[in-house]
Amino acid sequence: MTQASTKDTIDFLLNDKPVRLDGLNPRITVLDFLRLEKNLCGTKEGCNEGDCGACTVLIGRLTPDNTLRYITVNSCIIFLPALDGCHLVTVEHLRDKNGGLHPVQQAFVNHHASQCGFCTPGFVMSIYALWMENPAPSMADIDTALQGNLCRCTGYSPIRKAALSLCEYNEKDDPLFMERESVIKTLTDMKAQNQSTKTITNPDNAEDLAILPVTVDELARALQTHPNATLVAGATDVGLWVTKHINAITPMIFTAHLTDLQRITHNKFGRIIGAGCSYTDALPHLIADYPHLRDLFYRIGGVQVRNNGTLGGNIANGSPIGDIPPPLIALGARLGLRLGDVRRDILLEDFFIDYGKQDLRKGEFIETIHIPAPDLPKGVRVYHAAYKISKRRDEDISTLSVAFYIAVEQGLITTARIAFGGMAAIPKRAGLAESALIGKEFDLANFKKAGETLAEDFQPLSDVRGSAEYRMSVAKNMFVRFYLEMAGENTENSGGECQ
Amino acid sequence: MTKNNTPHDSAHKHVTGQAVYIDDIPLPSGTLHAYLGLSTCTHGRIMATDFTKVLAAKNVIGVLSAKDIIGVNDISPMGLNDEPVFADTHVEFYGQPIFAVIATDRNSARAAARLAKITYEPLPHAINITQAITQNADYVTKPLKLERGDIAKGFASSAHCIKGQLTIGGQDHFYLEGHIALAEPCEDGGMRVYSSTQHPSEVQHMVAGVLGIAQNAVVVRVRRMGGGFGGKETQGNIFACVAALAAQRYNRAVKLRPDRDDDMIMTGKRHDFLVDYQVGFDKDGRIIALDGMFSARCGFSADLSGPVTDRALFHADNAYYYPNVRLRSAPLKTNTVSNTAFRGFGGPQGLMAAERVIEEIAFYLNKDPMEIRRLNFYGNRGRDITPYHQKISDNITLRIMDELITSCDYTKRRAAVLAHNAKGGVIRKGIAMTPVKFGISFTATWYNQAGALVHVYKDGSVMVNHGGTEMGQGLYTKVAQIVAGGFGIALSRVQITKTTTDKIPNTSATAASSGTDLNAMAALNAVEKIKTRLSQFLAEDWGCGTKDIVFKDGFAQEDKAGGRKIAFDALITAAYYGRIQLSATGFYKTPKVHWDRDAGRGHPFYYFAYGMAAAEVSVDSLSGEYKVLRVDILHDVGQSLNTAIDIGQIEGGFIQGMGWLTSEELVWDEGGQLRTHAPSTYKIPLSSDVPAVFNVALADWSRNKEPTIKRSKAVGEPPLMLAVSVFEAISMAVASVDGYKTCPRLNTPATPEQVLRAIERLTIND
Repeated sequence: MTQASTKDTIDFLLNDKPVRLDGLNPRITVLDFLRLEKNLCGTKEGCNEGDCGACTVLIGRLTPDNTLRYITVNSCIIFLPALDGCHLVTVEHLRDKNGGLHPVQQAFVNHHASQCGFCTPGFVMSIYALWMENPAPSMADIDTALQGNLCRCTGYSPIRKAALSLCEYNEKDDPLFMERESVIKTLTDMKAQNQSTKTITNPDNAEDLAILPVTVDELARALQTHPNATLVAGATDVGLWVTKHINAITPMIFTAHLTDLQRITHNKFGRIIGAGCSYTDALPHLIADYPHLRDLFYRIGGVQVRNNGTLGGNIANGSPIGDIPPPLIALGARLGLRLGDVRRDILLEDFFIDYGKQDLRKGEFIETIHIPAPDLPKGVRVYHAAYKISKRRDEDISTLSVAFYIAVEQGLITTARIAFGGMAAIPKRAGLAESALIGKEFDLANFKKAGETLAEDFQPLSDVRGSAEYRMSVAKNMFVRFYLEMAGENTENSGGECQ
Repeated sequence: MTKNNTPHDSAHKHVTGQAVYIDDIPLPSGTLHAYLGLSTCTHGRIMATDFTKVLAAKNVIGVLSAKDIIGVNDISPMGLNDEPVFADTHVEFYGQPIFAVIATDRNSARAAARLAKITYEPLPHAINITQAITQNADYVTKPLKLERGDIAKGFASSAHCIKGQLTIGGQDHFYLEGHIALAEPCEDGGMRVYSSTQHPSEVQHMVAGVLGIAQNAVVVRVRRMGGGFGGKETQGNIFACVAALAAQRYNRAVKLRPDRDDDMIMTGKRHDFLVDYQVGFDKDGRIIALDGMFSARCGFSADLSGPVTDRALFHADNAYYYPNVRLRSAPLKTNTVSNTAFRGFGGPQGLMAAERVIEEIAFYLNKDPMEIRRLNFYGNRGRDITPYHQKISDNITLRIMDELITSCDYTKRRAAVLAHNAKGGVIRKGIAMTPVKFGISFTATWYNQAGALVHVYKDGSVMVNHGGTEMGQGLYTKVAQIVAGGFGIALSRVQITKTTTDKIPNTSATAASSGTDLNAMAALNAVEKIKTRLSQFLAEDWGCGTKDIVFKDGFAQEDKAGGRKIAFDALITAAYYGRIQLSATGFYKTPKVHWDRDAGRGHPFYYFAYGMAAAEVSVDSLSGEYKVLRVDILHDVGQSLNTAIDIGQIEGGFIQGMGWLTSEELVWDEGGQLRTHAPSTYKIPLSSDVPAVFNVALADWSRNKEPTIKRSKAVGEPPLMLAVSVFEAISMAVASVDGYKTCPRLNTPATPEQVLRAIERLTIND
């Protein structure tokens, strides 16, 4: 570990100006920094919990192959140390070649897409990010890109039209695109200075630390040295511990910059996904293996949350309503845990012990998530589906979710893995329902019967998202939906079949 | 010069982030920050308060509570003395402000506010309407009764009679910019307050009252709000008063901005209602008698609950004639935050009840609800009197309906929906058309007045002020258009500036959809005064009549071929040297309106705005989830002043109304704590909730029968209620599971859970 006295710094590029900070409160949000310290007030605070998107900014990071990639971020829940080595772009930096309105901004004016204007800068940034990736988006692409932005005035129609109209422009109309080379150079220079783990101290409190390990090995060591440290990846959950619960968590170990914690590889088991991999980066790989997960996965948070939230974080925090665990449990996924140099490998479902209690030792962290390959022996037919029920379709926390994995051989069900979220204190398999299905034929009556066993396995809670009775009714009904969908009836939901 | 799709005056500033909201104003040096400490008891006596830890916290300067108020500890907008700034001896809801922490930065103040130790002696509480009724709760304000005809006779002569009950949920405003105030002490004990408010004059009067100073010592300003929707009509008062109180005490500028969760917990929402109704009708479905009892959750104080519950009754007829009718309100006191204005102001809840009654009749007679609607619309003589005895003389419902039926292909699509459902299956469809008739004017008659101030400077540029506030609705743009059009000059020559109480005094709230009706007329009045002086000046010079001079295309000119003309700017310079007064105040008061509340009779509305929507949905009968497939709207704004802005209001209002009726659910736990106080738990519509097909058209043939500004009509509130069509379409899809034999009696919001429950109810009935 480096000593705090060596004056490690956080370096990043803010629009066109480099920023160096050599001591800071690690829990200062990027939003507060922009508004209070830099007087860049175009970025707004709407909810302070990463749900409304008014604070959306872009963060550009160098990828391992030295290209520059921008993602949208909710600046209200991301902390300043996470910006190390990044390009932070705010609405103030957008312009066209002549210094006038950027094409995205002009489209908003042309289509009357602002009324009160408070959400507008956030929408502009989200649509700008979409346009960089996809200059001719469909309406569905636009809706997906806007899942993390709330507007209360316009009813969205003019915003959607503005986004559609952008296909008339190309990257030559975007000065920021033209400046990329110089940004890459600046960030490369910054990165070159980061040869060892950095520790940033709060000038008001020498015990209050932000630690930025430079490799996963150093992360493992830092966690051993500071077993009570909080790992901060995308901060989509941890951010709220600070902004809502006013919890002075320290020390904080930041991981968003650790590209070797984000690697996706293969072995004979299947895909090995680094725990620091964001949803945005991981999901396409998972969907390639398991297309039935597409609909569910693109309903996790909004784009800003998927860009920053990590698979490891979603699992590690042990939420009973996390979107990732049920489908991965149904697939038979495993976790790679690491404590110092000691690694172990467990079934994902065994990680969750009880509410708020996971099989994770002091100083241990999730390093990898292992997804079995979809290959199957001959003669086995597998039926997959994953369903999420929520009050609002997008960017909502599940009332409940369920994933089915049903293998059929010679007309009889041989394997059944059915995992629920939101039905118990932890993500949990429906043991009785699975047993009821094993050895049975794949038909509606058997699925209905299996659904009837749920009341013995689950005692769901009533909360703001739904009553216990509703959860139980829908959970049972999902057995019907699953069967009907596999049998080919249109239930307007996703679902697929792997041969 | 009125250009019909002029962009919002701040559009460029919105998209670049340069539009200044109160939180963006650079702070005077030494600004302090206040944060409110809230009750953690739902109803109780305050036994002891201990601020030791608060005061010991980092960066804290002090704590203010009820005893620190020099003036009056009351901000009741109705003057009922029932709404303290700080709870003193009692708390009446979980989240009620008790004290404020003042610190050198906001984070310190916010963290310290959680450190107070307050002990309570709990008292019994009533959280919801049912509890309030059971416990015989007080009314927060005097109830209203509207009565016409004889309902007893009406029911006796009805072929059929149905009794039912409807629960209507509340709604949080979820303006993207939360409440905020910045107060700066001025000379002579004065106070300047920047407040995110729809009602600067009321903030001014409240601040003066709380500080114990004259109203002339307080100036309140607001350039723009990041959304209001009624949530900033009265609810900004407390933040402004506390900021000003602290600024007075410490003689420093003080800013107060609650976090989103605290904003949602401590400010009022749309009233939820429980409606008990009884309807008598003939064999065809014609309503003969209607009796309705509208019980509302008002919260701990009156706030605007009186006029809100009144407006619910005023709209319990929607577009329908009730030959015999009795409507009563019960504004119940509950131990919850005091509910307040929200776009529609009770009207939407009244209208919901009317549409439920139509549904009941339609399902009972097994007819298309559209037929029942047509049968019951207001009509000619004898069928044109409202329950409040105002005659309807501008009814265009039928024409709107007939045009919409054709344009949206209703008949064919309804047949297709019926055919789809007849096949059975998991996915059910529904289609519904519902009308809106909305009364325009404040029912508090004195509110129907406005002032404006117009200056023309020596270079011919114009500055306008008026009493209305800009919350995104485009009021500033419309008023500027009217002023530019009046002078016949380019819009770019008109500067419209912040709303401030030192320019226009004693203004009304920008509310009741009236902003343009009132303020544009007042501004035009000022413009006309200046034009009259200019015309006289010119007529003397030119030797023509003043009536011969017109202002257009940047010139003042004789209104005849080859007439003389002078550029507006040149005329102004000349007029200045000619010592012509180039500034004028304008004033407007709505004519014709009067209302006798005790008698339940009068002419409370100047005119009505109309509209209709057709919605088609699909419902998943296994989960209760639904999708809105298509919506068609035909809406009446009279002669539109700005098509883009008006359509924006219609689309935005519709989606907001759809949120109210579908995904936006407020949940209080049994202890009285609001559990949905952030966007993570309170779900307003998203882009992906917008109907897949969404056609919005203006009834451009409509012309206000009354001489409103350019014969336009108010547009802010009425479109919200078009969303009832979505709700009724869901209801139809639900009803299909038992062959439309039963009215599903869905309550609002129709969350997937409510929908599934209704489906289960109907299937079990089978």
